[in-house]
Amino acid sequence: MNAPQAPAIGRRAAGAGLVLAVLLLVPAVASTYQTQLLTYGLTLAIAALGFNLLLGYTGLLSFGHSAYFGAGAYAVALMMRYLGVSSMELFILGGIVFSAALAALFGVVCVRHTRIFFAILTLALSQVLWTLAYKFFWITGGTDGIRVPFSKLTLLGGLVAFPGADAFPRFITSYYYYVVVVFCVCAALMWLIVHSPFGKTLQAIRDNETRARFLGVRIWRYRWLAFLVSGVFTGLAGILWVPLNGLTTPDVLYWPQSGKIVFFAVLGGFRNFSGPIVGAVIFNYLEVYAVAVTEYWQITLGVILIVLVTFLPSGVVGTAARLSAWLKRRREASA
Amino acid sequence: MEIVALQVLNSLFYAAVLFLIAAGLSLIFGVMGIVNMAHGSFYALGAYVTAWAIGAAAAALPPAALFIFLPLGAVAVALIGLAIEPTLIRPFYRRPEEYQLLVTFGLLLVLDDVIRLVWGGTPLTASGLVDSLGLIQVGGLPYPVYNLLMIGVGIAAALGLWAFVYRTRFGVLLRATAQDRRMAAALGIDVGRIYALAFGLGCFMAGLGGAIVVPSQAAVLGMGVEVLVISFVVVVIGGLGSLEGALVGALIVSALRTITIHFWEEIELAALYLIAAVVLLIRPTGLFGRRS
Repeated sequence: MNAPQAPAIGRRAAGAGLVLAVLLLVPAVASTYQTQLLTYGLTLAIAALGFNLLLGYTGLLSFGHSAYFGAGAYAVALMMRYLGVSSMELFILGGIVFSAALAALFGVVCVRHTRIFFAILTLALSQVLWTLAYKFFWITGGTDGIRVPFSKLTLLGGLVAFPGADAFPRFITSYYYYVVVVFCVCAALMWLIVHSPFGKTLQAIRDNETRARFLGVRIWRYRWLAFLVSGVFTGLAGILWVPLNGLTTPDVLYWPQSGKIVFFAVLGGFRNFSGPIVGAVIFNYLEVYAVAVTEYWQITLGVILIVLVTFLPSGVVGTAARLSAWLKRRREASA
Repeated sequence: MEIVALQVLNSLFYAAVLFLIAAGLSLIFGVMGIVNMAHGSFYALGAYVTAWAIGAAAAALPPAALFIFLPLGAVAVALIGLAIEPTLIRPFYRRPEEYQLLVTFGLLLVLDDVIRLVWGGTPLTASGLVDSLGLIQVGGLPYPVYNLLMIGVGIAAALGLWAFVYRTRFGVLLRATAQDRRMAAALGIDVGRIYALAFGLGCFMAGLGGAIVVPSQAAVLGMGVEVLVISFVVVVIGGLGSLEGALVGALIVSALRTITIHFWEEIELAALYLIAAVVLLIRPTGLFGRRS
């Protein structure tokens, strides 16, 4: 397994700048609905980034990331319902504390195991949270969930509020920019993490655990830290997602949500840094438009997943990179 | 006291079903080293096929004759398993475990939706079988004879599986392949055939679990993943890859489940996972697991 390729840093930065410029222009040219869709895509991309720190960089496949996504979402909803909080910054703070505590706790149990047992344990623990949210309905609202209306939300410490029923388009535009900023911070932070000595150590553990242990690396501690960071990123995605969705139900804790997050990474390609981001955004469009066309879209998903892992294990981004490299070689050969 | 007797019987009935599923899961892992995420979906498929067949034939046949349809779900699922292993699973034995989990997860998504596509969202029942056998008095309280019969089926399946794995020639080949695939192949064992049959047998047991459960509780969407997650607890407690472990794990889990449902229903799954987590912390390979 090779580490993700690193082309010249200047080209990377130029690419990222271009993407950012396009992102900033979107609300000016796209409809409210399209802007809202992309906001969903970007929040999911943050979850995918967090997830991939475990799968792509640490070699641990989690089938329970709905736990942290849901923890973030429910933290916001519970804070609004029981503490009357309305500031997004406080939600982010509280939600991160909550999902970090949960990931720290679950991590202690999960990182002692790798591969199959890790997948089983993460799935199992997330299902526990799901049943708790489902059955303690007097706290969580059960299947009805908890509403988080955007009209009660304030951004930037109360500077921006959205009172009134016709404030929805304004909310989407402001919230979009808010999410873009958080997303960029997250992407930059994750980039730094995976290229730091810490990130390199994780990759060393992924590639050869025994060798890493002989080098004196405390495997469990590194895995636990990766688990914690991964959980916090995914929790943040859940925090940002809730006001957009206006409601949180136990569905965000249920296994298909974890499956979706796995899907983001595999679709985009988990051996690339940008793969899961691209995967999450594509998936979001795929879901919205496929559900409109067919009621049986889980089959579509399953077939795509099977085809991807059988024939295109490097995902959309990895395949595109290989394709462009191949085209370049052909051009050079014919020139 | 009568309540306790009934709860013990309920727990044994549930253990029989769980054992069938978990033993299949363990068998497939023990032989091929693959954790089949779609295993619960095979169980659901077995339940749906059986309920559908019984429902279709109920008008034409007397209730007692409907029992011949019980194995139908299991056989259908086994055939599907026999078709899936060489086509879908086989390319993944040499690849990292993540991919094996992912491909069976894809299978889970497909199978769950196929069930919805074919049978729709309405639960399917086959309660006619339970009614046809009537009730028996257990310490003064009525209890369905059907459940007692199925506890018997569970015991018979456990004994049959044990005899099959430890007392037949095929069982020897199976265990040899599980221990060392390359050595088995070098000695002339057709490993591909063993793998396909082991996968088919595992699917058969999952399907049988679904088939025997459906007369007593309706087949519903989502039953597959629910049972998958619980059978993970069973194999984690008992030890993945061990048939004895699946049996003991099934008994422990169903007893725990009965107790928690009786006293504090909300924490049922949480309690199960707590136990599984504790077992993993103390004995990472489970009660009967081997070190890999």
